[in-house]
Amino acid sequence: MRDVAVLGVGMTKFGELWDRSFREIGIEAGLQALVNAKLSSGDLGALFLGNMASGSLIDQEHIGPLILDYAGLGARHLPAVRVEGGGASGSLALHQGYLAVASGLYDFVVVGGAEKLTDVPDATGNQITSSAADHEWEVVFGATLPALWALIARRHMHEYGTTREQLARVAVHAHEMGSKNPNAHYRNKITLEQVVGAGVVAEPLGVFDCAPLSDGAAAVVLGPLDTAHKYTEQPIRIAASQVACDTMAVQHRRDITTLDSTVVAARRAFEQARRAPADVNIAEINDAYTISALVALEDLGFSEKGHAGPDFESGKFGPSGEVPVNMSGGLKAQGRPFGAVGVAQVVELVRQLRGEAKDRQVPNAKFALAHDVGGTGATSVVTLLERAA
Amino acid sequence: MSIARFWRETPRRYNLGGSKCTMCGTAYFPPRAVCPTCAHHRESIEKMVPFQLSGDGEVFSYTVVHEAAEGFEMQVPYALALVRTVEGPVLTGQIVDVIPEEVRIGLKVRATFRKLREEGKAGVIHYGYKFAPAEELPTPPHGGASAAARSSATKESDRASA
Repeated sequence: MRDVAVLGVGMTKFGELWDRSFREIGIEAGLQALVNAKLSSGDLGALFLGNMASGSLIDQEHIGPLILDYAGLGARHLPAVRVEGGGASGSLALHQGYLAVASGLYDFVVVGGAEKLTDVPDATGNQITSSAADHEWEVVFGATLPALWALIARRHMHEYGTTREQLARVAVHAHEMGSKNPNAHYRNKITLEQVVGAGVVAEPLGVFDCAPLSDGAAAVVLGPLDTAHKYTEQPIRIAASQVACDTMAVQHRRDITTLDSTVVAARRAFEQARRAPADVNIAEINDAYTISALVALEDLGFSEKGHAGPDFESGKFGPSGEVPVNMSGGLKAQGRPFGAVGVAQVVELVRQLRGEAKDRQVPNAKFALAHDVGGTGATSVVTLLERAA
Repeated sequence: MSIARFWRETPRRYNLGGSKCTMCGTAYFPPRAVCPTCAHHRESIEKMVPFQLSGDGEVFSYTVVHEAAEGFEMQVPYALALVRTVEGPVLTGQIVDVIPEEVRIGLKVRATFRKLREEGKAGVIHYGYKFAPAEELPTPPHGGASAAARSSATKESDRASA
């Protein structure tokens, strides 16, 4: 296995992109990444596309060749593969692209992620969101994805004393960062009182505890590290890419306040990179629900079990904290177009590691972590990135 | 959801039929073809036997859902819980015959057969388990008739006799 680097990145604005189609946003992100990498189209070997639910959302399956075709590469007959893993589809696609380059099978690949969530009514969008949970043994009995995360939140509050305000703090932070990100779905700041007082979705979670339904696309170009300097001024090495799975339903978990998939994916990733959580100086984590961010901070090793709430309140994860988290605004404010999320996390971290993140730049960002979750944690993906010499 | 997709789960959803590993003794719901926890994972294939849950358990965690799952719109707000059964398996289900505010972690409950949801006015009606309190609940502080309140809290739409 050889070292793999990110050579180029691109993404669209996230949000309600009613005037743009799925293929338009997918191609915009992909072409941006290609141009950003200073790569000739003839060098490309394959396309991996993360997407969760195009069939339900836009009545279109078989989207690998669709995007390849409109990216102008159809007649080159490249393989184009769609990858699905609920909300973690984008990171899973990245993992496949990483393996493809690391193995030596391809030299250069594009990894894209795209989702068009606002072409359907909100109720349909919410229903499709819940399809990442176990339909036959959770959803049929009245569960939704936020309701399942609410069950996790309630138990976390019961066992560790996590408070409603600590949950709300995660959303306030996300919007604060989103206000600095021109690509974010939400750029308005919100207050703790607004989060706590908002309409209830599933107690204790309210509207502001849940990430929105967004459209958007993101893409990266990957290639071998040893020739990376030909294609980019600052190669970003993928120090680790690890996937771990767990039981589909929350009801079957060993401990519902812990995502074992995240714990294991992180452990494997830090082993692969020969590094530790203390080495991470910037992270993008899953905050699809405020509780999912707190649980992730514990499972990734940034907080002691049960301490993520107080740690978040103390500013440990703020822009000038020990581990700045979700400088993009996260899923909550930057947006949550499922398949694009994991790729967009890497786009943000690459920009941070290159020093191109402008208003939200974390000084001296050198070693970064991306964490993506499908459903309630049946899939977790952890990616470690570092500025290459 | 197609008729067959729901119909084929009838034994589990109506009667709480699970399975048990004869290698390690762990019970599962819904039934499994292989034991996920047993050190003899591979050897447990074809060694899983049917196992009946009693329906007794207690609330392990809960939420009150205000934005309903599809088909549950008429029931909001409704309590949804993880119920740890006395036999071990944890089930996801609604808590009924209760004011949602009365649900708490540790509440003793028992499975009850109810209507889950229906697909429109002339569509298929899905039945299955929900859970009702199996312990005396305290009288509300303001002298309200708790039984009447609980009765009205039980949505007409989930009565199995409908």
